[in-house]
Amino acid sequence: MSEVLVLVEHVEGQIKKVTLELLTLARKLGAPSAVWTGPGYSAEAKAKLAEHGAEKIYVADSADITDYVVAPKVDLLAQLVSSASPAAVLVAATAEAKEIAGRLAVRTDSGVLTDVVGIEEGLVADQSIFGGGVNVRARVTKGLPIIAVRPNASPVEAAAGAGAEEQVSVAVSEASKAARVVERVKEEKGARPELTEAAIVVSGGRGVGSAENFSLIEKLADSLGAAVGASRAATDAGWYPHQFQVGQTGKTVSPQLYIAAGISGAIQHRAGMQTAKTIVAVNKDPEAPIFELADFGVVGDLNQVVPQLTEEIAKRK
Amino acid sequence: MNIVVCVKQVPDTATERKLRSDDKTLDRDAADGVINELCEYAVEEALLLKEAHGGEVTVLTMGPDKASDTIRKALAMGADKAVHLVDDALHGSDALGTSHAMAQALKKIGFDLVILGSESTDARTGVLAAMLAERLGVPQLTFAKKVEVDGSSIAVQRVTDYGYDKVEATLPAVVSVVEKINEPRYPSFKGIMAAKKKPVEKLGVADAGIDASQVGLANSWSEVVDFAAAPPRAAGTIVKDEGDGGVKAAEFLASKKFV
Repeated sequence: MSEVLVLVEHVEGQIKKVTLELLTLARKLGAPSAVWTGPGYSAEAKAKLAEHGAEKIYVADSADITDYVVAPKVDLLAQLVSSASPAAVLVAATAEAKEIAGRLAVRTDSGVLTDVVGIEEGLVADQSIFGGGVNVRARVTKGLPIIAVRPNASPVEAAAGAGAEEQVSVAVSEASKAARVVERVKEEKGARPELTEAAIVVSGGRGVGSAENFSLIEKLADSLGAAVGASRAATDAGWYPHQFQVGQTGKTVSPQLYIAAGISGAIQHRAGMQTAKTIVAVNKDPEAPIFELADFGVVGDLNQVVPQLTEEIAKRK
Repeated sequence: MNIVVCVKQVPDTATERKLRSDDKTLDRDAADGVINELCEYAVEEALLLKEAHGGEVTVLTMGPDKASDTIRKALAMGADKAVHLVDDALHGSDALGTSHAMAQALKKIGFDLVILGSESTDARTGVLAAMLAERLGVPQLTFAKKVEVDGSSIAVQRVTDYGYDKVEATLPAVVSVVEKINEPRYPSFKGIMAAKKKPVEKLGVADAGIDASQVGLANSWSEVVDFAAAPPRAAGTIVKDEGDGGVKAAEFLASKKFV
């Protein structure tokens, strides 16, 4: 059975859930080979990858790989594509991994599909486009299929793999060292789950009214173990950091539950969240388009409804 | 500094966006064409850099004849001239084909800096800037929320999930921008009038040195098998808050086993 390369996403050695989703998908397509990049690899990481079906684990954990923007990871994957002749390469549809996929496609003269939500027999990929309005089935017709899959789009199922470790030394070319990361600045807000990975997302919009008032959104999120998101109106106003923006020019999320508070639901916002399984909306305006999407909606002042909801959830725990 | 800003005409998000039933490509006639929003930020950043460092801003677009509206918009904002890649042979090109065509045009134009929006609102692949860096063999400085040029050095703040990375490189380079970077100007009446007189060079596949076997629908690296409109969501329950809206929402969440 051919190998299927899965680029591991991790934060300082902590493997992100999307990687386990990719390994689960990869098992249907061939023998999953996890590809680890950058520092942080550990026995614990190895065990987790193997538990989810990794037959092989390629480890390239030198800092060289992550000290430069994108290109060294492309060098590594291109090297593995050449040595392992995989049936496909799977990456997460994150901003950076899509860039890696794109460059790898150019480098290996292969096709790339992004924002994939499922993969069928024969490597036919399901894509959700135009903000979730149209479902497309597509396939790569030339070269190696390089597929970027959206986080939260497919389930995680454990199944033991051999987890055979192979250290890979990659010759990072001078050209790939052209854009150097000189500092990583962390603006993390607490210990909440990553926005695109979270099972539950609570987002605030214009109706929240101020940066201070976002604490209402954060408290509700924390009562549910959720990530916090924000609409464009809220990030443009500077009430919440840009990287938490959900929508057309921000993140696309597909959580089990999406709670929109004080968000009218303009098409640009809907493009980022309407594939959520369940949607709950709180808004003062009964005509707000968000209610067209909502499985449950409350027409009311979020300053009353949201704290009451948070309190009620705490009571039920 | 010789800056080339790449812009794209996209179907207006506010109108109904469709694929064509015949060749399964974007139906450009079904919706109004507008400049891709993030491209306006790219144009603005190019103009700000020109104002600070001198030089020239060239607009580059690839698209059918009607994409000239998007060129005029960028020229009206203040760009100096434009190159329009327009050729029936380019129709249906995927990201790989598009990046080949754009890279060839960029080589022909020459550049110190290429600036793009980080993604388009129609395809949303977010890969073009990275592909151009790969094809042109220059540093990739993408998802920038701040750009600083000093002589031949360039530094950007690259947005990440945890905040941002400070990244440094030497020109020439490819930069893509996010909307946090600036506030695009509105074209002035004077700008709109001046744009009508600015030079727009039209280039076909052969003129730009594009390999015809690398572009167009038939030569794409991927194909759409089929497509369908997503099924509409079932209507939900909407209640008016009578002082117990939060409790009712909690009951709903409990019924769905979220709490």
